[in-house]
Amino acid sequence: MSEVKVIDACNTFCPGPLMELITYMKQAQIGDTLELLSTDQGSAADVPEWVEKVGHQMVGSEKIGDVWHIKVRKAK
Amino acid sequence: MRILVVGGGTGGTIIANNLARRLSAELRTGKVSLTMLSASDRHMYQPGLLYVAFGQMMPDTLYRDQASLLEASIEFHVDPVKHFMLDERRVKTQSDRVFDYDILVIATGSRMVPEEIPGLVEGSETFYSEAGAIKMYKALRNFKGGRVAIVVGVPHKCPIAPVEVTFSLHDYFKTRGIRDKVEIKYHYPINRIHSIENVAKWAKPEFDRMGVAYETLFNLKEVDVQNKVIHSEEDTEYAYDLLISIPAHRGMAVIEENRLGQAGWIPTDRHQLTMEGYDNVYVLGDTTNLPVSKTGSAAHFEAEVIADNIASIVKIGTPVREYDGKVYCFIEAGHDQATYAMFNYLNPPDLKPANKSMHWFKMSYNQMYWSSVRGLL
Ligand SMILES: Cc1cc2nc3c(=O)[nH]c(=O)nc-3n(C[C@H](O)[C@H](O)[C@H](O)COP(=O)(O)OP(=O)(O)OC[C@H]3O[C@@H](n4cnc5c(N)ncnc54)[C@H](O)[C@@H]3O)c2cc1C
Repeated sequence: MSEVKVIDACNTFCPGPLMELITYMKQAQIGDTLELLSTDQGSAADVPEWVEKVGHQMVGSEKIGDVWHIKVRKAK
Repeated sequence: MRILVVGGGTGGTIIANNLARRLSAELRTGKVSLTMLSASDRHMYQPGLLYVAFGQMMPDTLYRDQASLLEASIEFHVDPVKHFMLDERRVKTQSDRVFDYDILVIATGSRMVPEEIPGLVEGSETFYSEAGAIKMYKALRNFKGGRVAIVVGVPHKCPIAPVEVTFSLHDYFKTRGIRDKVEIKYHYPINRIHSIENVAKWAKPEFDRMGVAYETLFNLKEVDVQNKVIHSEEDTEYAYDLLISIPAHRGMAVIEENRLGQAGWIPTDRHQLTMEGYDNVYVLGDTTNLPVSKTGSAAHFEAEVIADNIASIVKIGTPVREYDGKVYCFIEAGHDQATYAMFNYLNPPDLKPANKSMHWFKMSYNQMYWSSVRGLL
Protein backbone atom coordinates (compact mmCIF):
# COMPACT_ATOMS: atom_id res chain seq x y z
CA MET A 1 0.00 0.00 0.00
CA SER A 2 1.34 3.44 -0.86
CA GLU A 3 2.17 5.90 1.90
CA VAL A 4 -0.52 8.41 2.91
CA LYS A 5 0.49 11.91 1.85
CA VAL A 6 -0.44 14.48 4.52
CA ILE A 7 -1.43 17.99 3.41
CA ASP A 8 -1.33 20.50 6.23
CA ALA A 9 -3.92 23.14 5.37
CA CYS A 10 -4.56 24.19 8.98
CA ASN A 11 -4.82 27.91 9.65
CA THR A 12 -4.96 29.13 6.09
CA PHE A 13 -7.55 31.24 4.32
CA CYS A 14 -6.13 31.47 0.84
CA PRO A 15 -5.97 29.33 -1.20
CA GLY A 16 -7.67 27.25 1.52
CA PRO A 17 -8.02 23.54 2.25
CA LEU A 18 -10.05 22.35 -0.74
CA MET A 19 -7.81 24.24 -3.19
CA GLU A 20 -4.79 22.62 -1.50
CA LEU A 21 -6.38 19.19 -1.87
CA ILE A 22 -7.13 19.77 -5.56
CA THR A 23 -3.51 20.90 -6.11
CA TYR A 24 -2.03 17.79 -4.50
CA MET A 25 -4.61 15.48 -6.07
CA LYS A 26 -3.31 16.51 -9.49
CA GLN A 27 0.22 15.48 -8.47
CA ALA A 28 -0.90 12.12 -7.01
CA GLN A 29 -1.19 8.75 -8.76
CA ILE A 30 -4.47 6.82 -9.07
CA GLY A 31 -4.86 4.75 -5.90
CA ASP A 32 -2.90 7.18 -3.69
CA THR A 33 -4.51 8.32 -0.45
CA LEU A 34 -4.18 11.94 0.67
CA GLU A 35 -4.93 13.12 4.19
CA LEU A 36 -6.03 16.73 4.42
CA LEU A 37 -5.62 18.51 7.76
CA SER A 38 -7.95 21.47 8.12
CA THR A 39 -9.07 23.82 10.88
CA ASP A 40 -11.83 25.19 8.62
CA GLN A 41 -15.20 23.87 9.81
CA GLY A 42 -16.49 24.07 6.24
CA SER A 43 -14.04 21.41 5.05
CA ALA A 44 -16.03 18.58 6.65
CA ALA A 45 -18.84 19.25 4.17
CA ASP A 46 -17.00 20.92 1.27
CA VAL A 47 -14.44 18.19 0.68
CA PRO A 48 -16.87 15.20 0.51
CA GLU A 49 -19.14 17.22 -1.81
CA TRP A 50 -16.29 17.77 -4.27
CA VAL A 51 -14.93 14.23 -3.89
CA GLU A 52 -18.31 12.77 -4.74
CA LYS A 53 -18.98 15.12 -7.65
CA VAL A 54 -15.60 14.57 -9.27
CA GLY A 55 -15.58 10.80 -8.65
CA HIS A 56 -12.75 10.20 -6.15
CA GLN A 57 -13.29 8.16 -2.95
CA MET A 58 -13.74 9.33 0.63
CA VAL A 59 -11.74 7.09 2.96
CA GLY A 60 -12.60 8.78 6.23
CA SER A 61 -13.20 12.03 8.05
CA GLU A 62 -12.72 12.69 11.75
CA LYS A 63 -12.12 15.65 14.02
CA ILE A 64 -9.22 15.31 16.44
CA GLY A 65 -9.02 18.32 18.72
CA ASP A 66 -9.58 21.35 16.48
CA VAL A 67 -8.32 19.64 13.35
CA TRP A 68 -10.30 17.77 10.70
CA HIS A 69 -8.43 14.79 9.26
CA ILE A 70 -10.01 14.02 5.91
CA LYS A 71 -8.71 11.07 3.88
CA VAL A 72 -9.39 10.81 0.17
CA ARG A 73 -8.29 8.22 -2.41
CA LYS A 74 -7.58 9.31 -5.96
CA ALA A 75 -9.83 7.19 -8.18
CA LYS A 76 -9.39 8.68 -11.65
CA MET B 1 29.56 35.36 4.47
CA ARG B 2 28.43 34.81 0.86
CA ILE B 3 24.73 35.46 0.25
CA LEU B 4 23.29 34.32 -3.07
CA VAL B 5 19.81 35.35 -4.26
CA VAL B 6 18.41 33.30 -7.15
CA GLY B 7 15.57 35.13 -8.91
CA GLY B 8 15.23 38.84 -9.64
CA GLY B 9 11.47 39.25 -9.46
CA THR B 10 9.38 40.77 -6.69
CA GLY B 11 10.67 38.65 -3.80
CA GLY B 12 14.33 38.41 -4.80
CA THR B 13 14.67 42.13 -5.56
CA ILE B 14 13.13 43.24 -2.26
CA ILE B 15 15.34 40.85 -0.27
CA ALA B 16 18.52 41.88 -2.07
CA ASN B 17 17.86 45.62 -1.65
CA ASN B 18 16.85 45.24 2.00
CA LEU B 19 20.00 43.24 2.69
CA ALA B 20 22.19 45.76 0.86
CA ARG B 21 20.92 48.47 3.22
CA ARG B 22 20.95 46.47 6.43
CA LEU B 23 24.42 45.09 5.71
CA SER B 24 25.98 48.17 4.06
CA ALA B 25 28.91 48.29 6.49
CA GLU B 26 29.61 44.56 6.18
CA LEU B 27 29.42 44.80 2.38
CA ARG B 28 31.87 47.73 2.37
CA THR B 29 34.44 45.91 4.46
CA GLY B 30 34.05 42.67 2.48
CA LYS B 31 32.76 40.69 5.47
CA VAL B 32 29.66 39.94 3.37
CA SER B 33 29.11 39.53 -0.38
CA LEU B 34 25.69 39.75 -2.00
CA THR B 35 25.06 38.28 -5.46
CA MET B 36 21.87 37.97 -7.51
CA LEU B 37 21.39 35.56 -10.41
CA SER B 38 18.34 36.03 -12.59
CA ALA B 39 16.91 34.81 -15.87
CA SER B 40 16.18 38.25 -17.31
CA ASP B 41 17.73 41.72 -17.48
CA ARG B 42 14.21 43.17 -17.26
CA HIS B 43 11.74 43.23 -14.38
CA MET B 44 8.03 43.11 -15.16
CA TYR B 45 5.26 44.49 -12.95
CA GLN B 46 2.98 41.51 -13.56
CA PRO B 47 -0.27 42.89 -12.06
CA GLY B 48 -0.22 45.48 -14.88
CA LEU B 49 -1.11 42.71 -17.36
CA LEU B 50 -4.75 42.87 -16.24
CA TYR B 51 -4.88 46.49 -17.45
CA VAL B 52 -3.09 45.62 -20.72
CA ALA B 53 -5.82 43.05 -21.41
CA PHE B 54 -8.41 45.87 -21.32
CA GLY B 55 -6.38 48.44 -23.28
CA GLN B 56 -5.79 50.56 -20.17
CA MET B 57 -1.99 50.24 -20.02
CA MET B 58 0.66 49.80 -22.67
CA PRO B 59 2.95 46.80 -22.11
CA ASP B 60 6.20 48.79 -22.30
CA THR B 61 5.21 50.72 -19.16
CA LEU B 62 5.33 47.48 -17.12
CA TYR B 63 9.10 47.04 -17.42
CA ARG B 64 12.25 48.44 -15.81
CA ASP B 65 15.86 47.37 -16.28
CA GLN B 66 16.57 45.01 -13.40
CA ALA B 67 20.02 46.50 -12.78
CA SER B 68 18.46 49.96 -12.29
CA LEU B 69 16.35 48.61 -9.40
CA LEU B 70 19.29 47.21 -7.45
CA GLU B 71 21.59 48.83 -4.90
CA ALA B 72 25.11 49.29 -6.25
CA SER B 73 26.60 46.84 -3.74
CA ILE B 74 24.66 43.92 -5.26
CA GLU B 75 26.61 41.91 -7.84
CA PHE B 76 24.04 41.12 -10.53
CA HIS B 77 24.30 38.53 -13.31
CA VAL B 78 21.76 37.52 -15.91
CA ASP B 79 22.70 33.86 -15.84
CA PRO B 80 19.94 31.47 -14.79
CA VAL B 81 20.76 28.64 -12.41
CA LYS B 82 20.67 25.18 -13.99
CA HIS B 83 21.92 23.05 -11.10
CA PHE B 84 21.34 23.43 -7.37
CA MET B 85 23.91 21.44 -5.35
CA LEU B 86 22.53 22.16 -1.90
CA ASP B 87 24.73 19.73 0.00
CA GLU B 88 27.87 21.33 -1.51
CA ARG B 89 26.40 24.83 -1.03
CA ARG B 90 26.85 25.80 -4.66
CA VAL B 91 24.90 26.41 -7.84
CA LYS B 92 25.92 26.10 -11.48
CA THR B 93 24.50 28.43 -14.10
CA GLN B 94 23.53 28.22 -17.75
CA SER B 95 26.95 29.61 -18.72
CA ASP B 96 28.61 26.90 -16.59
CA ARG B 97 29.74 29.31 -13.90
CA VAL B 98 29.82 28.04 -10.35
CA PHE B 99 28.70 30.19 -7.41
CA ASP B 100 29.42 29.04 -3.85
CA TYR B 101 27.33 30.42 -1.01
CA ASP B 102 26.82 30.30 2.73
CA ILE B 103 23.19 31.43 2.54
CA LEU B 104 20.98 30.81 -0.48
CA VAL B 105 17.66 32.51 -1.24
CA ILE B 106 15.40 30.93 -3.88
CA ALA B 107 12.75 33.19 -5.44
CA THR B 108 12.33 31.80 -8.94
CA GLY B 109 8.55 32.36 -9.16
CA SER B 110 6.04 30.23 -11.05
CA ARG B 111 4.84 29.64 -14.62
CA MET B 112 1.47 28.85 -16.10
CA VAL B 113 1.04 25.44 -17.72
CA PRO B 114 -2.01 25.72 -20.02
CA GLU B 115 -0.54 22.92 -22.17
CA GLU B 116 -1.57 20.44 -19.46
CA ILE B 117 -5.25 20.86 -20.43
CA PRO B 118 -6.11 19.68 -23.96
CA GLY B 119 -7.27 22.58 -26.12
CA LEU B 120 -6.59 25.33 -23.59
CA VAL B 121 -3.64 26.93 -25.41
CA GLU B 122 -5.44 27.14 -28.77
CA GLY B 123 -8.91 27.70 -27.37
CA SER B 124 -8.56 30.42 -24.76
CA GLU B 125 -7.36 33.95 -24.11
CA THR B 126 -5.27 34.61 -21.04
CA PHE B 127 -3.75 37.78 -19.60
CA TYR B 128 -1.02 35.96 -17.66
CA SER B 129 1.71 36.89 -20.18
CA GLU B 130 2.43 40.03 -22.18
CA ALA B 131 1.65 38.38 -25.53
CA GLY B 132 -1.49 36.81 -24.05
CA ALA B 133 -2.77 40.09 -22.61
CA ILE B 134 -2.34 41.90 -25.96
CA LYS B 135 -4.04 39.05 -27.82
CA MET B 136 -6.89 39.03 -25.29
CA TYR B 137 -7.43 42.77 -25.75
CA LYS B 138 -7.66 42.33 -29.52
CA ALA B 139 -10.14 39.47 -29.07
CA LEU B 140 -12.26 41.61 -26.73
CA ARG B 141 -12.23 44.51 -29.18
CA ASN B 142 -13.43 42.27 -32.00
CA PHE B 143 -16.10 40.65 -29.86
CA LYS B 144 -19.60 41.70 -30.90
CA GLY B 145 -21.60 39.62 -28.42
CA GLY B 146 -22.21 36.05 -27.29
CA ARG B 147 -21.15 33.78 -24.46
CA VAL B 148 -18.00 34.56 -22.49
CA ALA B 149 -16.70 31.82 -20.18
CA ILE B 150 -14.08 32.33 -17.47
CA VAL B 151 -12.20 29.24 -16.26
CA VAL B 152 -9.69 28.90 -13.44
CA GLY B 153 -6.91 26.31 -12.96
CA VAL B 154 -5.45 25.17 -9.64
CA PRO B 155 -3.09 26.40 -8.29
CA HIS B 156 -2.56 29.80 -9.88
CA LYS B 157 -0.83 32.98 -8.87
CA CYS B 158 -2.91 36.00 -7.87
CA PRO B 159 -6.03 34.29 -6.50
CA ILE B 160 -7.97 37.55 -6.76
CA ALA B 161 -7.53 37.71 -10.55
CA PRO B 162 -10.60 35.57 -11.42
CA VAL B 163 -13.03 37.97 -9.74
CA GLU B 164 -11.12 41.04 -10.97
CA VAL B 165 -11.23 39.98 -14.61
CA THR B 166 -14.95 39.23 -14.27
CA PHE B 167 -15.71 42.70 -12.91
CA SER B 168 -13.55 44.23 -15.62
CA LEU B 169 -15.28 42.27 -18.39
CA HIS B 170 -18.66 43.52 -17.17
CA ASP B 171 -17.47 47.15 -17.15
CA TYR B 172 -15.69 46.80 -20.49
CA PHE B 173 -18.76 45.50 -22.32
CA LYS B 174 -20.96 48.07 -20.58
CA THR B 175 -18.70 50.90 -21.74
CA ARG B 176 -18.86 49.53 -25.28
CA GLY B 177 -22.65 49.49 -25.03
CA ILE B 178 -22.94 45.74 -25.73
CA ARG B 179 -23.33 44.32 -22.22
CA ASP B 180 -26.90 43.22 -23.06
CA LYS B 181 -25.52 41.14 -25.94
CA VAL B 182 -22.98 39.34 -23.74
CA GLU B 183 -23.57 36.44 -21.36
CA ILE B 184 -20.72 36.16 -18.81
CA LYS B 185 -20.29 32.84 -17.02
CA TYR B 186 -17.72 32.35 -14.29
CA HIS B 187 -16.47 28.85 -13.44
CA TYR B 188 -14.63 28.13 -10.21
CA PRO B 189 -12.98 24.93 -8.89
CA ILE B 190 -14.39 24.81 -5.33
CA ASN B 191 -17.91 25.06 -3.94
CA ARG B 192 -18.09 28.84 -3.64
CA ILE B 193 -17.10 31.61 -6.03
CA HIS B 194 -13.80 32.42 -4.31
CA SER B 195 -11.37 30.51 -2.14
CA ILE B 196 -11.53 33.18 0.59
CA GLU B 197 -14.95 32.85 2.18
CA ASN B 198 -15.39 36.57 2.84
CA VAL B 199 -14.39 37.43 -0.73
CA ALA B 200 -16.97 34.90 -1.96
CA LYS B 201 -19.63 36.43 0.32
CA TRP B 202 -18.79 39.91 -0.97
CA ALA B 203 -18.54 39.00 -4.65
CA LYS B 204 -21.67 36.82 -4.96
CA PRO B 205 -24.26 39.61 -4.61
CA GLU B 206 -22.10 41.77 -6.89
CA PHE B 207 -22.13 39.04 -9.56
CA ASP B 208 -25.91 38.74 -9.13
CA ARG B 209 -26.31 42.51 -9.50
CA MET B 210 -24.18 42.51 -12.68
CA GLY B 211 -25.98 39.50 -14.13
CA VAL B 212 -22.87 37.30 -14.11
CA ALA B 213 -23.74 33.60 -14.04
CA TYR B 214 -21.53 31.19 -12.12
CA GLU B 215 -20.86 27.49 -11.77
CA THR B 216 -18.85 26.22 -8.82
CA LEU B 217 -17.07 22.85 -8.49
CA PHE B 218 -15.88 23.22 -12.07
CA ASN B 219 -12.36 21.90 -12.69
CA LEU B 220 -11.49 22.18 -16.35
CA LYS B 221 -10.77 18.83 -18.04
CA GLU B 222 -10.58 19.87 -21.68
CA VAL B 223 -11.52 22.46 -24.24
CA ASP B 224 -13.23 21.20 -27.38
CA VAL B 225 -11.82 23.94 -29.60
CA GLN B 226 -13.72 22.90 -32.73
CA ASN B 227 -17.15 22.97 -31.12
CA LYS B 228 -16.20 25.67 -28.59
CA VAL B 229 -17.28 23.69 -25.53
CA ILE B 230 -15.52 23.41 -22.16
CA HIS B 231 -15.76 20.15 -20.20
CA SER B 232 -15.18 19.77 -16.47
CA GLU B 233 -13.74 16.93 -14.38
CA GLU B 234 -17.15 16.97 -12.69
CA ASP B 235 -18.82 16.05 -16.01
CA THR B 236 -20.49 19.33 -16.84
CA GLU B 237 -20.03 21.41 -19.99
CA TYR B 238 -20.63 24.88 -21.37
CA ALA B 239 -20.63 26.22 -24.91
CA TYR B 240 -18.74 29.50 -25.30
CA ASP B 241 -17.93 32.07 -27.92
CA LEU B 242 -14.97 33.58 -26.07
CA LEU B 243 -13.00 31.67 -23.43
CA ILE B 244 -10.88 33.52 -20.86
CA SER B 245 -8.59 31.33 -18.79
CA ILE B 246 -6.42 31.63 -15.73
CA PRO B 247 -4.38 28.48 -16.27
CA ALA B 248 -2.97 26.27 -13.52
CA HIS B 249 0.62 26.98 -12.50
CA ARG B 250 3.77 25.08 -11.53
CA GLY B 251 7.04 26.27 -10.11
CA MET B 252 9.90 26.72 -12.59
CA ALA B 253 11.13 23.62 -14.44
CA VAL B 254 14.61 24.02 -12.88
CA ILE B 255 13.11 23.37 -9.42
CA GLU B 256 11.51 20.12 -10.61
CA GLU B 257 14.59 19.06 -12.59
CA ASN B 258 16.76 19.47 -9.48
CA ARG B 259 14.17 17.60 -7.37
CA LEU B 260 13.76 20.50 -4.96
CA GLY B 261 10.00 20.13 -4.86
CA GLN B 262 7.14 18.32 -6.58
CA ALA B 263 5.55 20.39 -9.34
CA GLY B 264 8.20 23.03 -8.64
CA TRP B 265 6.85 23.91 -5.18
CA ILE B 266 9.64 23.78 -2.60
CA PRO B 267 8.74 22.41 0.87
CA THR B 268 9.12 25.48 3.08
CA ASP B 269 8.79 26.11 6.82
CA ARG B 270 5.70 28.28 7.41
CA HIS B 271 7.32 30.64 9.89
CA GLN B 272 11.09 30.50 9.27
CA LEU B 273 10.72 30.34 5.46
CA THR B 274 13.65 27.93 5.25
CA MET B 275 13.64 24.96 2.91
CA GLU B 276 12.81 21.72 4.70
CA GLY B 277 16.11 20.08 5.67
CA TYR B 278 18.32 23.11 4.90
CA ASP B 279 18.62 25.87 7.50
CA ASN B 280 20.81 27.96 5.17
CA VAL B 281 18.33 27.92 2.26
CA TYR B 282 15.46 30.44 2.31
CA VAL B 283 12.49 30.21 -0.04
CA LEU B 284 9.88 32.85 -0.80
CA GLY B 285 7.22 33.98 -3.22
CA ASP B 286 5.41 31.77 -5.67
CA THR B 287 7.85 28.85 -5.51
CA THR B 288 7.13 27.89 -1.88
CA ASN B 289 4.67 25.10 -1.14
CA LEU B 290 3.14 27.23 1.63
CA PRO B 291 -0.63 27.37 1.97
CA VAL B 292 -0.42 31.09 1.24
CA SER B 293 -1.67 32.90 -1.87
CA LYS B 294 0.92 33.20 -4.61
CA THR B 295 1.08 36.99 -4.77
CA GLY B 296 3.61 39.77 -4.96
CA SER B 297 2.22 40.88 -1.64
CA ALA B 298 3.07 37.58 0.09
CA ALA B 299 6.52 37.67 -1.56
CA HIS B 300 7.00 41.21 -0.22
CA PHE B 301 6.12 40.41 3.41
CA GLU B 302 8.15 37.19 3.28
CA ALA B 303 11.12 39.12 1.86
CA GLU B 304 11.06 41.56 4.78
CA VAL B 305 11.16 38.69 7.29
CA ILE B 306 13.95 36.85 5.48
CA ALA B 307 16.05 40.00 5.02
CA ASP B 308 15.76 40.81 8.72
CA ASN B 309 16.73 37.25 9.60
CA ILE B 310 19.73 37.01 7.28
CA ALA B 311 20.96 40.41 8.50
CA SER B 312 20.58 39.34 12.12
CA ILE B 313 22.39 36.06 11.44
CA VAL B 314 25.30 38.10 10.10
CA LYS B 315 25.20 40.53 13.03
CA ILE B 316 24.28 38.39 16.04
CA GLY B 317 24.33 34.84 14.73
CA THR B 318 20.60 34.08 14.95
CA PRO B 319 17.30 34.88 13.18
CA VAL B 320 14.91 37.30 14.90
CA ARG B 321 11.58 37.17 13.06
CA GLU B 322 8.87 34.77 11.96
CA TYR B 323 6.46 35.07 9.03
CA ASP B 324 2.82 35.20 10.16
CA GLY B 325 1.25 34.52 6.76
CA LYS B 326 0.50 38.18 6.06
CA VAL B 327 -0.96 39.09 2.66
CA TYR B 328 -2.56 42.36 1.49
CA CYS B 329 -4.35 42.26 -1.84
CA PHE B 330 -6.11 45.02 -3.67
CA ILE B 331 -9.27 43.83 -5.40
CA GLU B 332 -10.26 45.82 -8.49
CA ALA B 333 -14.07 45.69 -8.65
CA GLY B 334 -14.36 46.96 -12.21
CA HIS B 335 -12.78 49.97 -13.89
CA ASP B 336 -13.40 52.61 -11.22
CA GLN B 337 -13.85 50.88 -7.85
CA ALA B 338 -11.77 48.63 -5.63
CA THR B 339 -11.52 47.12 -2.18
CA TYR B 340 -8.84 45.04 -0.46
CA ALA B 341 -8.29 41.83 1.52
CA MET B 342 -5.74 41.69 4.32
CA PHE B 343 -5.21 38.45 6.24
CA ASN B 344 -2.65 36.16 7.80
CA TYR B 345 -2.51 32.53 8.95
CA LEU B 346 -4.92 33.15 11.82
CA ASN B 347 -7.14 36.08 10.84
CA PRO B 348 -9.42 36.06 7.81
CA PRO B 349 -9.95 39.25 5.78
CA ASP B 350 -12.84 41.55 6.54
CA LEU B 351 -14.07 42.86 3.20
CA LYS B 352 -15.26 46.48 2.93
CA PRO B 353 -17.60 47.66 0.14
CA ALA B 354 -15.64 48.72 -2.95
CA ASN B 355 -15.11 52.45 -3.47
CA LYS B 356 -13.41 54.86 -5.83
CA SER B 357 -10.60 55.91 -3.51
CA MET B 358 -9.31 52.33 -3.16
CA HIS B 359 -9.23 52.13 -6.96
CA TRP B 360 -7.10 55.28 -7.12
CA PHE B 361 -4.90 53.90 -4.35
CA LYS B 362 -4.35 50.78 -6.45
CA MET B 363 -3.59 52.94 -9.53
CA SER B 364 -0.99 54.82 -7.44
CA TYR B 365 0.43 51.55 -6.14
CA ASN B 366 0.93 50.46 -9.76
CA GLN B 367 3.61 53.21 -9.86
CA MET B 368 4.73 52.88 -6.23
CA TYR B 369 5.67 49.24 -6.93
CA TRP B 370 9.03 50.43 -8.25
CA SER B 371 9.82 52.08 -4.90
CA SER B 372 8.55 49.00 -3.14
CA VAL B 373 10.93 46.60 -4.93
CA ARG B 374 13.79 49.02 -4.30
CA GLY B 375 13.03 48.34 -0.65
CA LEU B 376 11.96 51.95 0.01
CA LEU B 377 8.33 51.28 0.96
C1 LIG C 1 -1.88 38.95 -14.38
C2 LIG C 1 -1.29 38.95 -13.02
C3 LIG C 1 -1.83 39.76 -12.03
C4 LIG C 1 -1.29 39.77 -10.76
N1 LIG C 1 -1.85 40.61 -9.82
C5 LIG C 1 -1.31 40.66 -8.58
C6 LIG C 1 -1.83 41.58 -7.62
O1 LIG C 1 -2.77 42.34 -7.89
N2 LIG C 1 -1.26 41.59 -6.39
C7 LIG C 1 -0.21 40.77 -6.06
O2 LIG C 1 0.26 40.86 -4.93
N3 LIG C 1 0.29 39.89 -6.96
C8 LIG C 1 -0.22 39.82 -8.21
N4 LIG C 1 0.30 38.95 -9.14
C9 LIG C 1 1.30 37.92 -8.71
C10 LIG C 1 2.71 38.42 -8.58
O3 LIG C 1 3.15 39.06 -9.74
C11 LIG C 1 3.62 37.24 -8.26
O4 LIG C 1 3.03 36.47 -7.25
C12 LIG C 1 4.99 37.72 -7.80
O5 LIG C 1 5.65 38.35 -8.86
C13 LIG C 1 5.82 36.56 -7.25
O6 LIG C 1 7.09 37.00 -6.91
P1 LIG C 1 8.34 35.99 -7.00
O7 LIG C 1 9.52 36.78 -6.58
O8 LIG C 1 8.01 34.73 -6.33
O9 LIG C 1 8.43 35.62 -8.56
P2 LIG C 1 8.63 36.59 -9.82
O10 LIG C 1 8.32 38.01 -9.49
O11 LIG C 1 7.82 35.97 -10.93
O12 LIG C 1 10.17 36.46 -10.14
C14 LIG C 1 10.81 35.28 -10.49
C15 LIG C 1 12.22 35.63 -10.94
O13 LIG C 1 13.01 34.45 -11.03
C16 LIG C 1 13.79 34.53 -12.19
N5 LIG C 1 14.17 33.16 -12.57
C17 LIG C 1 13.41 32.19 -13.11
N6 LIG C 1 14.12 31.08 -13.28
C18 LIG C 1 15.37 31.32 -12.83
C19 LIG C 1 16.57 30.56 -12.75
N7 LIG C 1 16.63 29.31 -13.18
N8 LIG C 1 17.68 31.16 -12.23
C20 LIG C 1 17.64 32.45 -11.79
N9 LIG C 1 16.53 33.20 -11.86
C21 LIG C 1 15.41 32.65 -12.37
C22 LIG C 1 12.91 35.26 -13.20
O14 LIG C 1 13.69 35.83 -14.24
C23 LIG C 1 12.31 36.32 -12.29
O15 LIG C 1 13.17 37.42 -12.18
C24 LIG C 1 -0.18 38.94 -10.45
C25 LIG C 1 0.39 38.15 -11.44
C26 LIG C 1 -0.14 38.14 -12.71
C27 LIG C 1 0.49 37.29 -13.78
